[in-house]
Amino acid sequence: MPDTHTPPIKVGLFVTCLADMFRPEVAFATVKLLEQAGCEVDVPSAQTCCGQPAFNSGDNHNSRMIARQTIAAFDGYRYVVGPSGSCIGMLHHYPELFDDGDPWKARAEELKARAFEITSFLVDELNFSGIHSTFTGKITYHDSCSGLRELGIKQQPRQLLSEVEGVTLSEMQEAETCCGFGGTFCVKYPEISNRMVSNKTGFAADSGAEMLVGGDLGCLLNMAGKLKREGREMQVRHVVELLADMTQSPAIGDADYDLGQEL
Amino acid sequence: MQIKSPEFKQSARIALQDVNLQKALGNLKAGFPGKRASAVARMPEFDQLRDQARDLKNHILEHLDLYLDEFEARVVENGGQVHWCRTADDARQTILQLCREQDAKTVTKGKSMVTEEINLNEYLEENGIRPVETDLGEYILQLRGDHPSHIIAPAIHLNLEDVSETFHQHHHRPKSDDPAVLMAEAREMLRKEFVAADVGITGANFLIAETGSTMIVTNEGNGDLTQTLPKTHIVVSSIEKVVPTLEDASLFLRLLARSATGQEFTVYNTLSSGNRRPDDQDGPENFHVVLVDNGRSDMVGTQLQDMLRCIRCSACMNHCPVYGAVGGHSYGWVYPGPMGSVLTPQMIGIEKAGLLPNASTFCGKCEEVCPVRIPLPKLMRHWREKEFEKHLSPKAVRWGLGSWAFFATRPTLYRMFTAGASRFMRILGGKKGTIKKLPLAAGWTDHRDMPTPTGKTFMQQWQARQQQEKR
Ligand code: SF4
Repeated sequence: MPDTHTPPIKVGLFVTCLADMFRPEVAFATVKLLEQAGCEVDVPSAQTCCGQPAFNSGDNHNSRMIARQTIAAFDGYRYVVGPSGSCIGMLHHYPELFDDGDPWKARAEELKARAFEITSFLVDELNFSGIHSTFTGKITYHDSCSGLRELGIKQQPRQLLSEVEGVTLSEMQEAETCCGFGGTFCVKYPEISNRMVSNKTGFAADSGAEMLVGGDLGCLLNMAGKLKREGREMQVRHVVELLADMTQSPAIGDADYDLGQEL
Repeated sequence: MQIKSPEFKQSARIALQDVNLQKALGNLKAGFPGKRASAVARMPEFDQLRDQARDLKNHILEHLDLYLDEFEARVVENGGQVHWCRTADDARQTILQLCREQDAKTVTKGKSMVTEEINLNEYLEENGIRPVETDLGEYILQLRGDHPSHIIAPAIHLNLEDVSETFHQHHHRPKSDDPAVLMAEAREMLRKEFVAADVGITGANFLIAETGSTMIVTNEGNGDLTQTLPKTHIVVSSIEKVVPTLEDASLFLRLLARSATGQEFTVYNTLSSGNRRPDDQDGPENFHVVLVDNGRSDMVGTQLQDMLRCIRCSACMNHCPVYGAVGGHSYGWVYPGPMGSVLTPQMIGIEKAGLLPNASTFCGKCEEVCPVRIPLPKLMRHWREKEFEKHLSPKAVRWGLGSWAFFATRPTLYRMFTAGASRFMRILGGKKGTIKKLPLAAGWTDHRDMPTPTGKTFMQQWQARQQQEKR
């Protein structure tokens, strides 16, 4: 007899600061996917940002403060899941911030072991294959660096996308090359960043796809902003929006919102 | 070589606009990475060899003194001499002294980055000795008064037309754009120099402790003529090039050529083991090895020790999107690309080289291709930490980071701040999905639009949803 009393898997959602501020849809889509996969999702309110801006600027003091705050906020959840390889990758860096013997180091290691990016969580950890979504069109996929190289995310989003009805994937050239976002890099070295993102939008357009999809909002905002500036028609979305069947709202940078209500 | 690393941003800006340079960089990107990829694909055990190479290098670095001592003992047995030089200046003076002992007027040189590091050519010239570069790329650069922009393809920033023009000016021959003709011309010019040279200087890819041999790899064979024809052969090498045995060298050779050019093996692999013996057909009468430390032993035992594993294959720069955009000269000193962004601060000081380890998105491609698995992004971050500790980061950056961290460590305040910022941007964006110009974010909006937040923050919306559910 099947066990009908399996308790739901308790997941703490790591919202990520960019989804929180720029595109709440991404966090809602992540919640929806997690619930579809049988998880009970909670959003700990003591979370802010993963601390990457401080970490990558060599500011270990503030990185450590934020790391402790995040570790404490997600105490007690079976899993910590977020819609970004870069932010979850940062959570995986936390142990480096603490000395051996520091109790925080053990806690950081323990958090690392249960922190997952959403597509790899669904595929690698839950073996999930219950995507119910339709999107008719040709898309191309950008592999964001941290997800790809730090967390090994490559085939997971593609596998899940293949379950979306109507989607065809047309791979672009250099899908694995950095888009030039790099957090503070894009404002510290604007011209170099601009060259890198221009190369990227060029390859994306050449793929013949009508939509550019990826798993990290930083990169997506960068590429969407560039496509807009170049006057290209290509739409940009986070992969979870396609997977959760949430492509009704405008794509990134495409909005025509009724501000009167929203403010 | 003049240090221009503090001007990295300006140099990069100019480089991005330089049509010829961009064309040359395009050729680089279209060449090396693809060739490496297919060479790696043909060798299933490649990643296993990388692990072995990393472990072996770590072992060597733990026992660097022992292997160097052994190397010296064998060199002396072979009839040569080893000169230990702590600084670049020690090395220059030692080499000059050795040249003077031979009353040298002309010295031929094989390609060597460490001689660039110690600024040897200019020093010899100042002291009345004429150095002649014999590697084709280096030869072209010397004629132009230029410096390498890449560690294995020094003239990669030039196009065929540039070379044709340079040769025309210096060789006084009719212009040609046929690479074979240009090559023959260089060969003809260099042949005279090989014969006339009093001293030949080469670098070393490996120093073999068990045999006291030095080893160079080249694709032109110029190194062989440089070291066998003159009476004196001086090998200039940094200390971390030592390997225990010939067998060990072969492990690195397999990785080096594939990572660098995608060749299975470099064309010429030349071993030099001491001076000419009575029944040898050729070879130098005097054999010297100048060992250069120049800050390296200070890296041993620190986080930077990993950098000493480097075998100078250039894969990290060939695959680096930043190097690919701005080229090697923008980095403003001898070593460009990711490996240079780690080494340069050690050698010229983080005060001057601070912009280099910051010029990375940490995309991780360099580490992905490095044959000895050097964690280059981590080491670049190490320099950012040093910079931050020393209060060298720009004021605006520190201030921005400080205020951001103030909020990020206070969740309730942070909520209020993000809600306000989101609202502010939505007002700025109006009914459109993007903002064309955002105060304090010119670096972003000069080149691209800023997508506007699509509504209240997630945290605001989530809270509202939770409260509704409770009712
Ligand atoms: S750091 Fe690694 S990839 Fe770069 S030159 Fe050295 S060995 Fe090659």
